[in-house]
Amino acid sequence: MIAIKNIKKGFGDRIVINDVDATFEPGKCNLIIGASGSGKTVLMKCMVGLLVPDSGDILYDGNEFISMNNEERKDIRKQIGMLFQGSALFDSLNVEKNVMFPLNMFTNDSHKKKLDRVNEVLERVQLKGANKKFPAELSGGMKKRVGIARAIVLNPKYLFCDEPNSGLDPQTSIVIDKLIQELTKEYKTTTIVNTHDMNSVMEIGDHIVYMHQGKKEWEGNNKEIIFSKNERLNEFIFASEFLRDAKDMRMLEETGKIPNERDMEEIVDKDAPPLIPPDQSK
Amino acid sequence: MDFLSKFGRYLLMIKGMFSKPENGKMYWKEFMHQCAEIGIGSLGIVVIISIFMGAVSALQTAYQLTTPIIPKETIAQIVRDTVILEFSPTLVCIVLAGVVGSKIASELGNMRVSEQIDALEIMGINTKTYLVLPKILASLVVIPMLVIISAVLGVWGGRLAGQFSGILSTTQYDRGLLENFMPYNVTFALIKAYTFAFLISSVSSFSGYYVEGGALEIGRASTKSVVASCILILFSDYLLAALLL
Repeated sequence: MIAIKNIKKGFGDRIVINDVDATFEPGKCNLIIGASGSGKTVLMKCMVGLLVPDSGDILYDGNEFISMNNEERKDIRKQIGMLFQGSALFDSLNVEKNVMFPLNMFTNDSHKKKLDRVNEVLERVQLKGANKKFPAELSGGMKKRVGIARAIVLNPKYLFCDEPNSGLDPQTSIVIDKLIQELTKEYKTTTIVNTHDMNSVMEIGDHIVYMHQGKKEWEGNNKEIIFSKNERLNEFIFASEFLRDAKDMRMLEETGKIPNERDMEEIVDKDAPPLIPPDQSK
Repeated sequence: MDFLSKFGRYLLMIKGMFSKPENGKMYWKEFMHQCAEIGIGSLGIVVIISIFMGAVSALQTAYQLTTPIIPKETIAQIVRDTVILEFSPTLVCIVLAGVVGSKIASELGNMRVSEQIDALEIMGINTKTYLVLPKILASLVVIPMLVIISAVLGVWGGRLAGQFSGILSTTQYDRGLLENFMPYNVTFALIKAYTFAFLISSVSSFSGYYVEGGALEIGRASTKSVVASCILILFSDYLLAALLL
């Protein structure tokens, strides 16, 4: 479990994170959501120790991370896996060597054993046979999957994913989301995902923290978020017309009425072309 | 103030390099990789520059020594001493500041910008020890070797130029090389080579390691590291000459 208490972080006069508290439980996909510039990435960087918060505490299973010495921090970091926004694969190493890197650095296993583990995680992320490819030869989605494979190769207790869907098409995004969710359940990791992708929020958001201008505005899960009374959050999630309609449909399904008094005819666009062309539907 | 804060950061980077490696084998591998990158990667340019440097210096010395009172062997002596004392350590290191320095700065800068350094940090690896130290150590091993190779090739280049232009025979040249030879000159050249190797590798590592921004900043850092290394090489060249000769 990771807990953050009263985290504050600023750069010069600008306060980026302002008094944020949250608890992230193991076996759950914990999402930090918010618009660009809301402080999600800075908060995550504070949590993994890439940035030092100005005040507040970060607790890894009850152990204060900020006050730890270098050796204690290293021990915690060995239990952290992180997927970066740009995947952060080592350009000069092929997929196999990228994934094997943490094993080479931190284990004394035989090459065969390490290779078996690499193949196991590559198979897990559906990249079997891509061992000898270099990062430059991979698509965005493949790079993310190699990043995930490298992050999980040492069986981390804590998994951090910074915008795992950025730059990916919706289908690949779903694959990545599902993969993160499955790995979280399978390895019981404490997973924290930074995202502003509403598909991810609805798909995997077991626990969601909404950030606005460096402050925590709302906390809940993907079932509650759609009924949230927080105006800023509503503005954020219903920026897409599709989600507003989805909310109405859901309300209709659950309560028998639409909250904003729009009727179904308004929701379903009559002018939209039919999914199956009339001549083929016969 | 900006200079002082940068200098302080540079010293902290140097201090931060000295920590226990997580896995000695991986660090050794990285050190050997850097030796090959810096050494073999720069060998071609060093060979070409050195031969021509020696050849041109022989021809120009002969051009200036017009009086018949001075024996032809003096040309070989002048070529030998200028190549060993100045051309090989300083000129070659200035070229290496461009070749090796820009490579180190852009490699580290790219790793910083693409979050590869952050990825290593999160794995629990001291990136200063893993990324910067092997580059500095490899430079300290390889650059003095390149300087020695350069000195040998420079002197040989002078011999070739003398022979082909008919200025002096190879026997005269070889006799001149052995006259008034001071072994201390080689020691001085090596002291310079070690100093310049440390300056090139540490300054360019510093420029690349702390890059902020994107591709444009990587280019700027690379250029800055070359300019700073060259200025520091020339400044320390003067200082060493004043102190040690």
